[in-house]
Amino acid sequence: MAVKALYINNLTKTYGNGFKALKDISLAVDQGDFFALLGPNGAGKSTTIGIITSLVTKSSGQVSVFGTDLDSAPEIAKSHIGLVPQEFNFNGFEQVKHILITQAGYYGMPAKVAEPRADELLLQLGLWEKRHTPARALSGGMKRRLMIARALVHNPQLLILDEPTAGVDIELRRSMWTFLQEINEQGTTIILTTHYLEEAENLCRNIAIIDKGKIIENTDMKSLLNRLDKETFVLYLSDALKPNFELEDISYIQVDDTTLEVEINRDEGLNHLFSLLNQQNINVVSMKNKANRLEELFLSLVEKSEATL
Amino acid sequence: MSHQLSQRWVAFNTLLTREVRRFIRIWPQTLLPPAITMTLYFIIFGNLIGSRIGEMGGFSYMEYIAPGIIMMSVINNAYANVASSFYSAKFQSHIEELLVAPIPNSLILAGYVAGGTARGLCVGLIVTIVSLFFTSIEIQHLLITLSMVVLSAVMFALGGFINAIYARSFDEISIIPTFILTPMTYLGGVFYSISLLPEFWQNVSLLNPILYMVNAFRFGMLGVSDIAVEIAFAIILVCIVALTSFALYLLNKGTGIRN
Repeated sequence: MAVKALYINNLTKTYGNGFKALKDISLAVDQGDFFALLGPNGAGKSTTIGIITSLVTKSSGQVSVFGTDLDSAPEIAKSHIGLVPQEFNFNGFEQVKHILITQAGYYGMPAKVAEPRADELLLQLGLWEKRHTPARALSGGMKRRLMIARALVHNPQLLILDEPTAGVDIELRRSMWTFLQEINEQGTTIILTTHYLEEAENLCRNIAIIDKGKIIENTDMKSLLNRLDKETFVLYLSDALKPNFELEDISYIQVDDTTLEVEINRDEGLNHLFSLLNQQNINVVSMKNKANRLEELFLSLVEKSEATL
Repeated sequence: MSHQLSQRWVAFNTLLTREVRRFIRIWPQTLLPPAITMTLYFIIFGNLIGSRIGEMGGFSYMEYIAPGIIMMSVINNAYANVASSFYSAKFQSHIEELLVAPIPNSLILAGYVAGGTARGLCVGLIVTIVSLFFTSIEIQHLLITLSMVVLSAVMFALGGFINAIYARSFDEISIIPTFILTPMTYLGGVFYSISLLPEFWQNVSLLNPILYMVNAFRFGMLGVSDIAVEIAFAIILVCIVALTSFALYLLNKGTGIRN
């Protein structure tokens, strides 16, 4: 069996004020995976990432990275990891390129090796023109990209991104997705936490959901989405609906004269709905999912977990 | 093993380079003020007042205070560099760059202390050059002079590091220099020989570690001292070992830097 990129066993964390942030969680991430770690605010995602990256001291449990125990050989285990944290945490007075070369140096990369690697990342992430600019003068999106470049400068095998696209505009978010997919295809294992569930659904193959310090779901994205038994679609119609309009056997809400929200069971498909609409000469101009599929599942899982806790 | 050693060397060198680049980048805050302040000391205490004091320990007052003034600038700057740099790294959270990297805590400590020592010695050199405008310097014992200035800078850089670990605001990195370090320096024989003091105050002065540094350094430069140089070295080495152990204990425990 191949060594796991990340293996967490019975991890607990109790903060000084008595708050139990993690309650005995276990998790394994395969090499080459694109893994989502999701959960509501305060669920324990950042604490988990903090422990993996040595920013938080665990209370008990075991963490190993590519087969190396974080306690017994921290230098080897840490050398595999690149971290993109939630908050900006670079020295704003340092120049962009210096930040990358310095970080590479901390991982034992001499400047003559680090410099071409830094140049490559600066070009890839669209920061080349700003390489001599103090980091504090960058825009928010550029700062995010700088943190990704910094995390990758030592060629880590495991990249951990803690909400990397928070506050980033949609265009930049899409370009970051493409970039992350490319480095994942090249073999880098990626663990992502995000509040944009669309992001997790599009990028990740496996997923764990954490709530109140416990893993409440850990499976592959496809089987999780298959569990969704109903989907809500919004239909935009060409003409106003007649007063006697009705859809037999289908649950729906008439939002306004030309908009319908329709709930469809997954096993039924959409053919029945469209045949009913055809019978009444109703033309559908366009349609969309009301909510992201993963979002619906996520909310139902978290609700169930809260009901049982 | 040799690969790991070379990686550690690169990491140490990177940290030291970053620290040196930092204090050079902000030279108007780090290198210029001690040059101006110490010039004023030489003008006021050495030239104006010193000419009325006459000789001390067989030397002109200007010659007598020069080693103490140089040592004072080294101590203050070694301390301030590490205290402000490490606290700023905590404040801006970029200490996390080091904590996630495969760098042992001992190397983090060594890098910061080397940075503080570098600034202390750099400022010491500037003040020495300034002093040459006021007096001539002939070093009597080169090895003692150099080893004492380096060890003193290391010791106070360690002190600055511990201060920064505990500090929770910028105020807390200025409290110790203002209320402890400066009085201890002034009372540490920079401007006078303790032989001028009543016996009780001579004995109290012997509890001040800065007295030993200043006098051993003065011995290296002028060949006169109020205390035995061997004792000065022993005290400083014991202090360095104790401060290093304590700083490493705090780092390993994660005090002030890890949740």
